[in-house]
This record gives sequence, C-alpha cells and structure tokens, in this order.
Amino acid sequence: MSATTKLAVLSTALAVIAASSSGALAQKKYDTGATDTEIKIGNIMPYSGPASAYGVIGKTEEAYFKKINAEGGINGRKINFVSYDDGYSPPKTVEQARKLVESDEVLVVFNPLGTPPNTAIQKYLNSKKVPQLFVATGATKWNDPKNFPWTMGWQPNYQSETQIYAKYILKNFPNAKIGVLYQNDDYGKDYLKGLKDGLGAKTSMIVLEESYEVSAPTIDSHIVKLKASGADVFVNITTPKFAAQAIKKNAEIGWKPVHFLNNVSASVGSVMKPAGFENGQDIISSNYLKDPTDAQWKSDAGMKAWNEFLDKYYPEANRADASVMYGYTVAQGLVQVLKQCGDNLTRENVMKQAASIKDLELGGLLPGVKVNTSATDFAPISQLQLMKFKGETWERFGEVLSGDVGG
Amino acid sequence: MSAAAEDAVTEAPAVEAVPKRAMTLGTGTSLAILAALLIAPLFVKNFIAFQMTMVMIYGIAVLALNILTGGSGQFSLGQSAFYALGAYTSAVLMENANVNYALTLPIAGLVSFGAGYLFGKPALRLSGIYLALATFALAVAMPQFLKLHFFESWTGGVQGLVVMKPDAPFGLPLSQDKWLYYFTLAITVAIYIGSINLLRSRSGRAFMSIRDNEIAASAMGVDVAKYKTLAFGVSAGITGIAGGLSAIVVAFVAPDSYTINLAISLFLGMVVGGVGWLPGSFVGAAFIIFVPNIAESISKGLSGAVFGVLLFIVIFLVPHGARQVAIAAQLLMGKLRK
Repeated sequence: MSATTKLAVLSTALAVIAASSSGALAQKKYDTGATDTEIKIGNIMPYSGPASAYGVIGKTEEAYFKKINAEGGINGRKINFVSYDDGYSPPKTVEQARKLVESDEVLVVFNPLGTPPNTAIQKYLNSKKVPQLFVATGATKWNDPKNFPWTMGWQPNYQSETQIYAKYILKNFPNAKIGVLYQNDDYGKDYLKGLKDGLGAKTSMIVLEESYEVSAPTIDSHIVKLKASGADVFVNITTPKFAAQAIKKNAEIGWKPVHFLNNVSASVGSVMKPAGFENGQDIISSNYLKDPTDAQWKSDAGMKAWNEFLDKYYPEANRADASVMYGYTVAQGLVQVLKQCGDNLTRENVMKQAASIKDLELGGLLPGVKVNTSATDFAPISQLQLMKFKGETWERFGEVLSGDVGG
Repeated sequence: MSAAAEDAVTEAPAVEAVPKRAMTLGTGTSLAILAALLIAPLFVKNFIAFQMTMVMIYGIAVLALNILTGGSGQFSLGQSAFYALGAYTSAVLMENANVNYALTLPIAGLVSFGAGYLFGKPALRLSGIYLALATFALAVAMPQFLKLHFFESWTGGVQGLVVMKPDAPFGLPLSQDKWLYYFTLAITVAIYIGSINLLRSRSGRAFMSIRDNEIAASAMGVDVAKYKTLAFGVSAGITGIAGGLSAIVVAFVAPDSYTINLAISLFLGMVVGGVGWLPGSFVGAAFIIFVPNIAESISKGLSGAVFGVLLFIVIFLVPHGARQVAIAAQLLMGKLRK
C-alpha cells in the first residue's frame, strides 16, 4: 500500500467515525449534568435553622428518586440527586446554588425552598440559564416567564387562594365585617394582598388587620381583639401551630364568625385534631393536595400508591405531615418533565418541556386538580377546591376553582 | 520574626491579655500570604473565588468584633445588626439612588459607625455578660426593623432587595467574581492594616488598658467612656463595611440574612480564630463558612450535631483557637532551626 492509499483509507475511516458520531449526537443532546447514564439534579433545602420542618420535602424527594432509580431510571438514566442545606439563610443559598451549578454541574436546580432564598438565586440562575424549576414557595412572583424564563413555580400561589376566599365572601356575605389575622412576613403579607385585591373596591369590609410575629408564644390576645372589633368573618392566615391555637381560643371565648383558614394549615392531623374537632366545625378552607390524615382517602388508589412508596423507601416518614405529600407530588412532576425530554436533555429543552405540561393528573392531587403550563403560564398548579370541616374530615364543595395570578 | 514578643504570649495563656505586638503576624508571613491571595484566583473556578471572597467578608466582620472584644474587652452579640445596617445602606443606595457600589461602602461604614457609637453610649453602663445581652437584643430586633412597613418602600420589606452585581471596570478581562475578589481583597488589606495601626496607636493602647483593668486605666488618665464608645463605633463601622461588601457580592439583601444566627456565627469565628489575634479572624471566618458544609457532607440529618462535635473538638484541643496553633507551629519551627 502506498502512502497515499494509506492516507485515503485513514481519512475515510475517520470520516465514517465522524459521521457516525455526529449522527449519534443529533439524536442525543446533552447539557452539563446529563449523560447517557445519569441526570444530575440539584436541590437546596433548609435542613437546619428556623424552617427545618420543611427539610422532609428534600428527604421525600430523595426517597422518590431512589424508587425511580430502582425501577430503572428515566429513559435508562439514573437520577443523581444532590441536595444541600442553606438553613433558610439567603447568602448561604447563593453559595449552595453556585456550588450546585459551578462545582457539581447539575442540569437543573429543582424545588429550592423559601421565598427569600429563591429570590436570592433567581437572577443568578437566570443569567446562567440554569432552570430554577418548581420552586417550593407560594409567592406570586414566580410566574413571570417574560422576565425570568428560567424560573418556574409549582403550587397555587398565596394570592390566588385569598382571592378565591374574597370572591366567596363577596358573593355569600356581601355585608360582612372581616377580621384578618396574619403572620408578619412575606407569606402573611402575600395572602393579605390577595384578599385585598380580591375585595377590590370593597376593601373597607376589613375592619381589623392583626399581625403576629412567628416568634410569638401565643396569639390569644389577638383573637380577643378581633372578637372585640365586631368582625363576623375571620380570615385566618396562620401557620399550623397558631392556627390550632386560634381555633381553640375562638371556641373558648365563644366567638363564632365565618372562619376561613388558609390551606397552609388545613391539615387534619396537625391542626384540626389538636384544636379539637368540635371547635373546628364549619371552618372553610381550600386545598389542592390530598390530606393523608383525612379518612376519606383511605381506599383511594393514589393514596395507596403513596403509602406503598413510603413503606418501601421512606418508612420513617411522618404520614401526617403534608410536606411529605408535597415532596412526593413535586418529585413526580419533575420525573414527568424529564420523561418528556426524552434524549434531548438540554437545559433549554427541560424548560420547554416544563412549559408544556397538559392536564397532568398526579396521585397526590385532589380529583379534578390538574397540572397545566404553557409558554406564558409558569404556574403549574393553579387550581383549588373549597372545603368545609364536617365531623372529622374536610368535605369538598363547589367546583375546582382557578385563580391564576401573574407575577 | 520577633521571637521575644511571641514567647511572652505562650507564658501568658489568659485570653484576656494579649500584648499588642502579638496581635499580628510577622511581616514576612503577611507578605507571603498576600502574594498567595493575589495569584490564587488565576488558578481556581469562579465559585471558589466567590467562596474566598465570602471568607474575607466574614473575616472583616470577625476582625471588627475582635477589635471590640480582644482589643477593648467588651462583648457583643449584636454584630449582625451593624452588618445588616451596612448591607442595607449599600443596597438601598445602589438600587434606589444609583450610587456607585464602591462609594456606598464608606457611607455604609459611616452609618454603622454612627449607630455603633450611639449604641455604645447607653451600653457604657453595662459590662461583661450584661453588655452581651443588651447587644443580643439589638441583633434580635434588627430583622424586624427591616420588615417594618414604614421602611418598606426602600428596603423591599420581607421580600428583600435584589442588587445589580458590578462588572470589572476599565474593561479588565476579569469575571465579576474575580473582580469582586480583588476588590474585596484590597479593602480587606486596607482594613487589616488600619486595624493593626489603630491597636498600636495611642487609642489602641487605651483600649487595651481598659480591657486589662478599667480602674487602673482611668487612674492613668484614660477617658474610659470615650474610648469604650469609640471602640464600639469603630467595630460597628468596620462591620458595616463588611455588610456592604456582602450586599454587593451576594447581590441580595433580606431580613432573613441577618438573624441572630449571624451574630453567633461571628462570635464563634472570633473564638475559633483566637480572641485578640487579628489574623485568626480570617481562620475563624473560614471555619464558619466551610465547617457547616463539611458537617453536612458527613450527615445531612445530623449536620447540626456533627457541627457541634467538630466545634467541641476544636475548643477542647485548641481552646485559644488558631492563635494557639500558630504559636505552636512557630515554636516547632524555632526548634527545628536549632
């Protein structure tokens, strides 16, 4: 063989290799964090600090991905879930987010928790074009695809919930005098804003706004004050411990207003039971998740699947904790998005697929509540159903209501 | 290195009485560390540069506490309040008044100095643990002040304030992180040298005489009230500059960033670094940033407990912190030289 033929053979061989490899590349597209065998998912949770109760969300997600991996992964790829602690401190969140993106090189930052921590990393992740997918906060500003195309919310936002209550009040109690108790932070104020927006021109129906600090030992004095104001509708924007106190105190001092309780505290196990079932009758609330402590779901298929999952992968979980159900559902949402991505695991495609979920029903969601997104709707779950407490369980009533609010 | 002065330290183990010359590193060591810090960013990722920047920022804040406690013998658990004040001053000026980020720092420092000086006045009547408690109250109150409705149009209330991160000026070929690293390094060096000179000055000697014996100091003609409040003011001012820097580097301020946890972390950093030993401030800062990460990688569920154990080990083995390690290393070097 002469030198020229050798060269020719070599170059043809190279050309063949190049062609075949570029053919393979055309089928499979990856960004940092995804390979043929693995998808790297980053997450930030407050495992320590003041909000550490929410850490179970991260643990549930980890357990769920373990289940997915044990069952063969997603399109043959295993999920590598890297979850860091930020102690609910925004500067630490920034450090951890940067660690995930620049050091661990994850494909997406999934379900980081809390409004201040997410605000701290939103600009950074958007400038890096890394998906900040399904953030675990009910603030309203995450649905803003125009300014932040790499950030997407998950649960119904706080404002849409109180807007729904406001509409209900206007329709059924047009002459009501409303007393509001809210927690003095972003969560409480967001809810309050929704209520005021919902009342529109009739904001004057609110006769008293009482706020309490999350560090307060009890809220008894606020309840007494609210009663004295003569309010006959009570909008109760409190976290579980305080919600139970409020319900109890109401009964103690014989104040019987129409009582709206935010869904943050709509748990039978951690609020209604400790407050006493007899004290909680006829309270109105709303939800989008199934309450695992509610007896009506005992033989529900979705709930059974949830129980089987917990038995096998997270047996020490507290099944009365709504956060476990939350983590399970949002992890399912991510798995759905990754499945839709197929072999095109670029960050851009992840956002594209996340923005094209159609009528997805998940086992943990109430019947009729569906996950829907589009290029202009970055609020995956925006439906709620009103419910009234009867006996020892929540009785849902009326239709599933939508309350989309843009950011 | 001046061996005589260092030997004096080993013979006086009480944390309370650090001779002023033992508060620093030798010139040679300092220059070597500075050189290392200057070239380090060329070899590391942006993320590491960011972490090193955070170490320097917390280091400045710990240093400020060190001047107060190690220098003038006053305790403070309220440093997070001054840190927050500085951070918010910078952030509000940058976002609402479009002031250049570098110019916001002296303002942040002045505002915090003023607040610290004023707080130092009533605090004069308190000492030791009572002063610690009074400052603790300040730290607890600060996040709630920041949430007040009254200030909300400037501070962004509970939602906080997002700040634009500055680019490198004059078209320098540096990433934002590396530019901010050098920017922070320059300020750190300036503050470090300034602090050393302060402690070596007449005022510094007055601080230390008050720390060692207040009655003797006043008998010698030291204006105790003036120097105590001055120490408070200087410490708060430097902390404010650190806070302002953190606002620029993190590019976000929120009340949740400046809780009592931060104040305790800074206090912890000071103890781990060695009370009264200024270079130790940066070792302490590294401890409060990296050790929680190490604890987390050992066990997620028990990260707090693991952190506690690590802290306990450090306090048990080297109760005087990094200073003790440095002195031991120096003695060892001396022996090897013989």
